Amino acid sequence: MSLSESTSPTRAALRRGIPWLVPLAILLLWELASLRGWLSTRVLPEPLAVARAFWQLAASGELWTHVAVSSRRAAIGFAVGGGLGLVLGLATGSFRLAETLLDSTLQMLRNIPALALIPLVILWFGIDETAKLFLVALGVFFPVYLNTFHGIRAVDKGLIEMAKSYGLSGWQLYRHVILPGALPSILVGVRFSLGLMWVLLIVAETISAQAGIGYLTMNAREFLQTDVVLVGILLYAALGKLADVAAKALERQWLRWHPSYAA
Amino acid sequence: MTLWNPMHPQVLELNGAALLAHDADAGRTDHGARRAAPALVPPAAPHGLALQLRGIGKTYGARDVLGGINLDIAPGEFVAVVGRSGCGKSTLLRLLAQLEQPSTGEVVVDLGLAGGTRTLAQVRSDIRLMFQDARLLPWKTVLDNVALGLAGPDARDRAREALAAVGLADRADDWPAVLSGGQRQRVALARALVHAPRLLLLDEPLGALDALTRIEMHRLIESLWQRHGFTALLVTHDVAEAVAVADRVLLIEDGGVALDRHIALPRPRVQGAPAFARHEAAILNRVLQRPAAGGKPATA
Repeated sequence: MSLSESTSPTRAALRRGIPWLVPLAILLLWELASLRGWLSTRVLPEPLAVARAFWQLAASGELWTHVAVSSRRAAIGFAVGGGLGLVLGLATGSFRLAETLLDSTLQMLRNIPALALIPLVILWFGIDETAKLFLVALGVFFPVYLNTFHGIRAVDKGLIEMAKSYGLSGWQLYRHVILPGALPSILVGVRFSLGLMWVLLIVAETISAQAGIGYLTMNAREFLQTDVVLVGILLYAALGKLADVAAKALERQWLRWHPSYAA
Repeated sequence: MTLWNPMHPQVLELNGAALLAHDADAGRTDHGARRAAPALVPPAAPHGLALQLRGIGKTYGARDVLGGINLDIAPGEFVAVVGRSGCGKSTLLRLLAQLEQPSTGEVVVDLGLAGGTRTLAQVRSDIRLMFQDARLLPWKTVLDNVALGLAGPDARDRAREALAAVGLADRADDWPAVLSGGQRQRVALARALVHAPRLLLLDEPLGALDALTRIEMHRLIESLWQRHGFTALLVTHDVAEAVAVADRVLLIEDGGVALDRHIALPRPRVQGAPAFARHEAAILNRVLQRPAAGGKPATA
């Protein structure tokens, strides 16, 4: 009994470590391949070179400028597109007239991939900030809109009937029953949008930019700095993960009543 | 909180003896007895509403669900409505709750000598409904669920009191998701009672609960009804449940009242006692349209 108790923490630590074995092995193999010259640095730089490039960019402050520029674009685009999606979703979900008027139009537009609009966007806004913000906003709009609309519609009719029979109506009914009932679905839309937000920003920044992570990587490509390109790619991954973690934290906070999200 | 504790059968046995002793004068209702206990009735307790249903009918498309029901319900009376599935008993309740409007007829609410009469809509805030499922808002704590629709600075205090009355004061800050089915219905009961309703409508609120919890709930509802003096209308498919709590059992059949039976047993009632079983068997036989078993039901 005491033996198993003394080994169980070790065993737990081991079990937690096992999933990292394969990535670690790949990293070692990659380093070895680079050292032995099996892998050309034009294809992939050695992992240590990527770390070094990251360190240099971070120390010079250049990295943080680009991260800040990209994050700002992502945030503004998301706020505009997501905000608009939320407002319109609430409107079409709540008011029959708004649904009849707007929903079929929006459902048609939904089928146009945001990235297919790039030539038009460049014609409209040129290649400066507005074009990037527009692309991000357009992309994140639909997931938020659709999930908000669906969330409002899927609120348990029995709960609404109960609340009405207990004297709730208008804004009170909305605030206490409909909005919280739609929140799980709305947050699904937000999480989905946050993922899309980075994808669209990467494309927009890759087309043309004077600053930002996309600019950093495209610039590095011209000078064959594969290590910097990799730093940029990993940065996008880290920022995407960060956005997802933030969305999960929101879910845990706002949906703590929900058995599936309880901590 | 031993009041509705079913784990003390000796209490039930004692009551059974008392019930047998009273069996001889079972002809009178126990209204008088209930009203004669002023200590249980707070001074400001609202009195139950008196209802007069005049030719209430409800039609869905070409289907008549209720066809011209006439019914008088006395203030403070506990009425149970039984019937087969789809007989229209729930529709009757939804009409009284004003979740739906009758196709024909009207309900007159009689406020007695001083008050005159009102329509249902005018006394809407005096009527509360308990649903078959508890219908608690899962995103609000138990306490906030009970306080739903309450106004005023003392709303939460009143909600806390109501929770204590159903024995769940210690679960005030829990989410509804962690409660058992019986506890959820007790919260729903507290939520209805905190509004001090003068008419409480119960739409098969115990249908999904296990047998022990049901007996607990019968005791709880009965004691709260005795304390607050509201008129109660319980829709149920369980004849034993109807006989256990009601002054009067109505059978709805083919859209009309097919049976109107007064249950004059003293409270608390004991399922399985001879007088209880006679009532239960008589109503059940009528529901199933069997010939009467001659007062010797198998359960006695």
